[in-house]
Amino acid sequence: MSVPAFILFLIILLITLYITYWAAKRTKTANEFYTAGGGLTGWQNGLAIAGDYLSAASFLGIAGAIALNGFDGFYYSIGYLTAYLFVLFIVAEPLRNLGKYTLADMINARFSEKKVRATAALSSITIVIFYMIAQLVGAGALIKLLLGIDYWIAVLLVGVMMTIYVLFGGMTATSWVQIIKAILLMAGTIIISFLVLLKFNFNVVELFNDMTEATPHGENYLHSGIIYQNPLDLISMMLALVLGTAGLPHILMRFFTVKDAKTARSSVVNATWVVGIFYVMTIFLGFGAAKFVGSETIIAENPAGNMAAPLLAKALGGDFLMSFVSAVAFATILAVVAGLVLSGASAFAHDIYGQIIKKGKVTEKQQMMAARWASVGVAAFSILLALGAQSLNVAFLVSLAFCVAASANLPVIIYTIYWKRFNTAGAVTAMLAGLITAIVLVSVSPNVIHPEVGKAFFVGEPLFPLTNPALISVPAGFIGGVIGTLVSAKRDEKKYAEVSFKANTGFKGAD
Amino acid sequence: MLENNNELASPKPNAVDYEKIVSSSKFKQLIQKKVQFVVPIMVIFFVSYFLLPILTGYTSILEVKAIGWITWTWIYSLGLFVMVWVFAMMYVKKAATFDQMADEIIEENIK
Repeated sequence: MSVPAFILFLIILLITLYITYWAAKRTKTANEFYTAGGGLTGWQNGLAIAGDYLSAASFLGIAGAIALNGFDGFYYSIGYLTAYLFVLFIVAEPLRNLGKYTLADMINARFSEKKVRATAALSSITIVIFYMIAQLVGAGALIKLLLGIDYWIAVLLVGVMMTIYVLFGGMTATSWVQIIKAILLMAGTIIISFLVLLKFNFNVVELFNDMTEATPHGENYLHSGIIYQNPLDLISMMLALVLGTAGLPHILMRFFTVKDAKTARSSVVNATWVVGIFYVMTIFLGFGAAKFVGSETIIAENPAGNMAAPLLAKALGGDFLMSFVSAVAFATILAVVAGLVLSGASAFAHDIYGQIIKKGKVTEKQQMMAARWASVGVAAFSILLALGAQSLNVAFLVSLAFCVAASANLPVIIYTIYWKRFNTAGAVTAMLAGLITAIVLVSVSPNVIHPEVGKAFFVGEPLFPLTNPALISVPAGFIGGVIGTLVSAKRDEKKYAEVSFKANTGFKGAD
Repeated sequence: MLENNNELASPKPNAVDYEKIVSSSKFKQLIQKKVQFVVPIMVIFFVSYFLLPILTGYTSILEVKAIGWITWTWIYSLGLFVMVWVFAMMYVKKAATFDQMADEIIEENIK
């Protein structure tokens, strides 16, 4: 490892540890632990949402995907950004108005039965675990490439850091790590984009013209279809991306860190600007890497293209810029996994322990103890899984997490807020139908069973043709909710009146 | 406010008649205004979003040069970005009127 890289990594570790130390003094209650006291401003939370959302998969993965596959890599950028419009219009404000710490809280605002909360916690934990393994496996592989240390040491390093942030600093530390990471990531991306455009005298048309000859794909590089030969596969993936964001527990949790729906709204809008500008710049990162590094060199370093952005930084700005970009990637990973630990811990400690086992009768001290133990537990479990999952395809795990989020969480969120006739049975069947359909279909999809040797776990004809099952599993979640609701005769119009009133006005109760 | 409200919304008796409020004309008007604004925009959004993979997947009509080699595929995609920002700003502006109505409803119904 180079000296500047080592120093920059160390600086990031020291800054984030200092933030954690500072945050620890401000984290005394469960409310502070889970929501940073609910006092973040719209800009702070907007940046933190961007920091929570833009994972290494976005930064390194999309840059690589565009570098190697042209427009087909850009679909991710489109889906990941546009999802925020849906979050803004449909989910953010009612969620803030009804929930407290977790998604299950919000659903429980209408249905107080334990089985509803248990199912919601189960689906949140499933999503968090898939997402977390993806991030840790990606992080391990990446840091191994960047620093030249062993995979297991890299996973442990990231795992220990994320545990420290959450355990001591809770949501306050996590938020500030995410805010700083978002600023660093934007800075790094802007610098590289600037250098790429400088080579073309800021003539974007010239850049596009040049790309028709820069890669082995020729003109096809600028058209759709290099990866996605089957349009249904593409549509299914786009569906998972646009609806999945609104069901990701670690993103939804961020809305509880602001004081009201109005601030939640401005957080989403601010995040939309940051995230959107970032995703536009992925074009320059990808094109730049294809042009100035070349696909052969990118693939030689990592077949999935994950090293495209650091290699581009090296080509344009030498070792120092590469070290800086690598350090940014490191910060990116830390910020995302910390958010994931926190949301996993909230589902265990708050939903399962506090509300289901203890029936809400927990002291402040017990809540904090449970939250901290759950953080350590979630972190340790994910580290163990990640150590054993080195060979798993990271993109597959991320798309699965988005798919489960869109199929299991989203239908129940929509119905809870907007459907009067919806009831307890419907809530449970909506979540289970989406969750089970998504997981079963993925396990018999080409991700798991592939005709070519070495492409998946098993060799053979997949029983389900699409790599992303959202096209089937999202409707399954919605239809499951309708069937469950109609089969059960139960109605709760009185409760719905309260939920609808609170969701739409932000009224907190008469106490 | 939420700072001291550490107990979850438990079924404590409350004096507010929510059914009466939600059937009031002002609340209905708020919901209607929201629906009138949100639904058309969401329809436009989803139609234009899914039209992209449909057009690129089943046809090649977007694979035409628009400005140099910036093809219509790219222009359409970046158009989706612009659409998100424009709709988001429109929403913020509109939501301020929803906020005002919501505050009035709370004030009129809860003392």
